[in-house]
Amino acid sequence: MNVILKIWRQPSKDTPGGFETYPVADVSPDMSFLEMLDVLNETLTQSGKEPIAFESDCREGICGTCGLFINGRAHGPGLGITTCELRMRRFKSGETIVVEPWRAKAFPVLKDLIVDRSSFDRIIQSGGYVSVNTGNALDGNTLPIAKTKADEAFDAATCIGCGACVATCKNASAMLFTAAKVSQLALLPQGEVEAQDRVINMVKTMELEGFGHCSNTGACEIECPKQISLTHIARLHREYLKATFK
Amino acid sequence: MNNLSCVLKKWVMALSGLFLCSFLVVHLSGNLFLLNPDGGALFNQYANFMSTNLWIRVTEIILALGFVVHIVLGMLLARQANQSRPVAYAVSPGNETSSFASRYMWLTGAFVLFFLVVHLKTFFYTMRFGDVPHVPYEVVKAAFESPIYVIFYLISFFVLGWHLRHGVTSSFQSLGIRHPKLKPWIHIFGGLFWFVIPLAYSVIPLYFLYFHMWG
Repeated sequence: MNVILKIWRQPSKDTPGGFETYPVADVSPDMSFLEMLDVLNETLTQSGKEPIAFESDCREGICGTCGLFINGRAHGPGLGITTCELRMRRFKSGETIVVEPWRAKAFPVLKDLIVDRSSFDRIIQSGGYVSVNTGNALDGNTLPIAKTKADEAFDAATCIGCGACVATCKNASAMLFTAAKVSQLALLPQGEVEAQDRVINMVKTMELEGFGHCSNTGACEIECPKQISLTHIARLHREYLKATFK
Repeated sequence: MNNLSCVLKKWVMALSGLFLCSFLVVHLSGNLFLLNPDGGALFNQYANFMSTNLWIRVTEIILALGFVVHIVLGMLLARQANQSRPVAYAVSPGNETSSFASRYMWLTGAFVLFFLVVHLKTFFYTMRFGDVPHVPYEVVKAAFESPIYVIFYLISFFVLGWHLRHGVTSSFQSLGIRHPKLKPWIHIFGGLFWFVIPLAYSVIPLYFLYFHMWG
């Protein structure tokens, strides 16, 4: 199959960018979107042009680096996938595919399709520490945790910090990301001691970094490659109120 | 109000929104007196009570504050959202990932505010501060003789319905009230506000226009 790519090119953080069009021929429908970009980059390199800069690491949907905004969708069309899990069979031959970097004030573009997501790290940092007993490892089940709670905490913990929630949110809000982290620890006894400071500080940092508020549109849970639910945002709201009116 | 965190802003948005919804119910129940076929005697009595009773006057101020808080916070949040994405996407997700109602709350909200100003000017201002004493029922009757005015009202109720379609159910989420067992009840409650109530309001101008044109 053949596709026409319209890709955002931007030489550096402070230089203006623009779209450039690249036709790619003989694409296998079984290729991942990133493999197709690899093929394009090879041709660009061979013809002495600057290859397209994009991030990728694990290429198996767990590292969260390969975020691309493809035809108006974070990680492209499809549910529960990252860009590396997106196959070219999702597209029609001859289709024009528009590829953009994540757009958010808190995610500045560094080059082409690469954005700086360190604002996420600063949200995590502001969450602080978790008090645990040191010394020998505890026996299993010393701390009884209900199965349903453990499962829910695990669902939140599957967040890979890719930024799709921010990218797709009309307010560029990092609420799903922040809520997943808050929720994960709020559900477990280990996180309980610092729960109140954690939620206040993380929301504060989220806003200081320039992310927007949550409008409950639900776009984030649709685009989340790990399908993290809005239930966690509701829990963040409850945790926040508890911390405010303690 | 701007130094509240976005979570608390949304919390106040939700509470003030639900408070304004309760007003919609009270206002509708009073307005349904208009449909009583007694030439407006019952409605006039009700309107007279509403404009003279002390407690209603106090409630009126609380209601006006509810509107101000809801509108000002809505504008502050919209501004914050606007600033959080300085460069827009060339291709936007549109309806694929979220509903129209949820994305355009600012637009439907602004239209409802415009309606509110026109509505207050036509009825509240004329009845309360008009130069000559007015019979409330006659003011309503006169206003709804104009088909254009009636159409404007119907459009406004439609837009209000869109605003509430997202607003009512979303306010529960903002307050942290979410549970699989509650979900169907929240949706029924939401449906009451975005569908049943705007529909019931629409009956009033249509009723007057019908009797003016063909009655």
